[in-house]
Amino acid sequence: MTFIVVSLIKIALVMAFFMTTLAYLQWIERKVLSHIQLRVGPRRVGPHGLLQPLADVVKLLTKEDVMPSYVNRFFYLLAPAIAITLCLLSIAVMPFGPEISVFGYRTEMQITDLNIGILFVLAVTSIGVYGIALGGWASNNKYSLIGGLRSAAQMVSYELPMSIAIVAPLLLLNTLSFRHMVENQGGYEFGFLPRWSIFQGPWPQIFGFIIYLIAAFAETNRIPFDLPEAENELVAGYHTEYSSMKFASFFMAEYANMTTVCCIATLLFLGGWHPLFPAPYSNFVPVVVFLLLAGVCFYHGLNPARKWDNITLPIVGVVAIVLALLFFVPVLNTILIPIFWFVSKVGFLLFVFIWVRGTLPRFRYDQLMKFAWTFLFPAALINLLITGFLVAVAGH
Amino acid sequence: MNTILFLIFAIIAVACGLNLVLQKHPISSALSLVGVMASLAVLYLQLGAEFLAAVQVIVYAGAIMVLFVFVIMLLNAGAEKSSNKSWFAQIIGLPLLLAFVAVMGFLIEAFLPPLRAAEFGEWVGGSAQQIGRVLFTEYLLPFEVTSILILIAIVGAVVLARKEID
Repeated sequence: MTFIVVSLIKIALVMAFFMTTLAYLQWIERKVLSHIQLRVGPRRVGPHGLLQPLADVVKLLTKEDVMPSYVNRFFYLLAPAIAITLCLLSIAVMPFGPEISVFGYRTEMQITDLNIGILFVLAVTSIGVYGIALGGWASNNKYSLIGGLRSAAQMVSYELPMSIAIVAPLLLLNTLSFRHMVENQGGYEFGFLPRWSIFQGPWPQIFGFIIYLIAAFAETNRIPFDLPEAENELVAGYHTEYSSMKFASFFMAEYANMTTVCCIATLLFLGGWHPLFPAPYSNFVPVVVFLLLAGVCFYHGLNPARKWDNITLPIVGVVAIVLALLFFVPVLNTILIPIFWFVSKVGFLLFVFIWVRGTLPRFRYDQLMKFAWTFLFPAALINLLITGFLVAVAGH
Repeated sequence: MNTILFLIFAIIAVACGLNLVLQKHPISSALSLVGVMASLAVLYLQLGAEFLAAVQVIVYAGAIMVLFVFVIMLLNAGAEKSSNKSWFAQIIGLPLLLAFVAVMGFLIEAFLPPLRAAEFGEWVGGSAQQIGRVLFTEYLLPFEVTSILILIAIVGAVVLARKEID
């Protein structure tokens, strides 16, 4: 009984946090992109456009839901449902922190720990391609069909280098469960170098990490691999004919996929919730970061560059100070510090996704396929062979 | 609990299997096959073969069937027209099916060692470690021969495709 109640609470917490992240990820993406392109980005709704995600949700909910004629009704309605369901499913096996005890009840900071966790995520994401392919096919539109076809071919091709890049750190970590993976990455070599997969001997997985990241860009249909929804060729690709909440499902699925691949990269390669420095030096890092943020906000609040800055920025500063003080509460300490490290690693990777979108142009379709099969796949195989050989030599 | 889940997913598997044959459109048939594979994966999971279940979904439902759907979409195959049913097929079909099932049932009962019902959760050899160990010790030769067989098929496909281009 306790187990069910605790699980329900954990599911509610994770869902609330995940959904907010998805909504605000889009705001962050717009802001970062516009600053890369020397614009200001959304500023109309709320201070610094902070209420823009809410406005978007209201807009999408109240928009007219158009069903084009001559579509295959069943599959047209099924496709967005498949896309969004499978994207949200994989967050269930991600661990965000070590085992903690709340009011004497010991529990893991994770909805469930499967002993085939990574395989579960791979299975779920490999089914997810049906949502995009079917949506493109059922819309009865040439552009959508081409978008769907492209995404099916692209995702199947890039799944191979991605899976092989995932296998190499699994050889080092010797488990398929996410929790044990992260636990095997704890500790420090020579007292300062964290034993994350990308630093861990006998063969640091830095190449595996880069290959995984490139394949992840393709798997999530992001620039430079966003051929399935290339605007200047295909209108909007596979979701051209979708509007209202059905479009929102596809849109959310893309961001959920992005978050999922960043979580996997963090857990597999970047040591999950383990800090960058040994605990005596790293426990005060969150406090310093939040105090620095507060300082910057107060400085700019006192020298306002825009209207309202002298009100909004100090508020953010006060919030940052409150957050910094939370890290001094001994009960919350053990919960917040792992989450801080996990979230900052995932956040950094998400920022890289947005950064690349603002920087790189799109591939041509033949370049995309050629890159996957003649460079990325062999590179992943060689990385796996070297890892396997060195683990076999050094392991026993 | 296990029995209820088994019944639910067994019924889904059979229903999807029937739907696969009955549907007129190739995409519907292909997706029914995905349903069959996914529900079989759940049955594997119930029997304790969690690695097999995950691989079933990744390989069959996630890779092979995506290629099927891809080809159907690429060729833009429309709904099949039902052929003019011959009176012979209509009359003989159902009896022939029943006879086939009866013969198969008899053969299994007569020649295979007596079977008993599987117990859920009784078998624990389905983890990735155990399957890997068995695959690379006891069944090493069949495993390697199978991979070479697949390699031959790939080379054959490349050769055939090359001929058409030239």
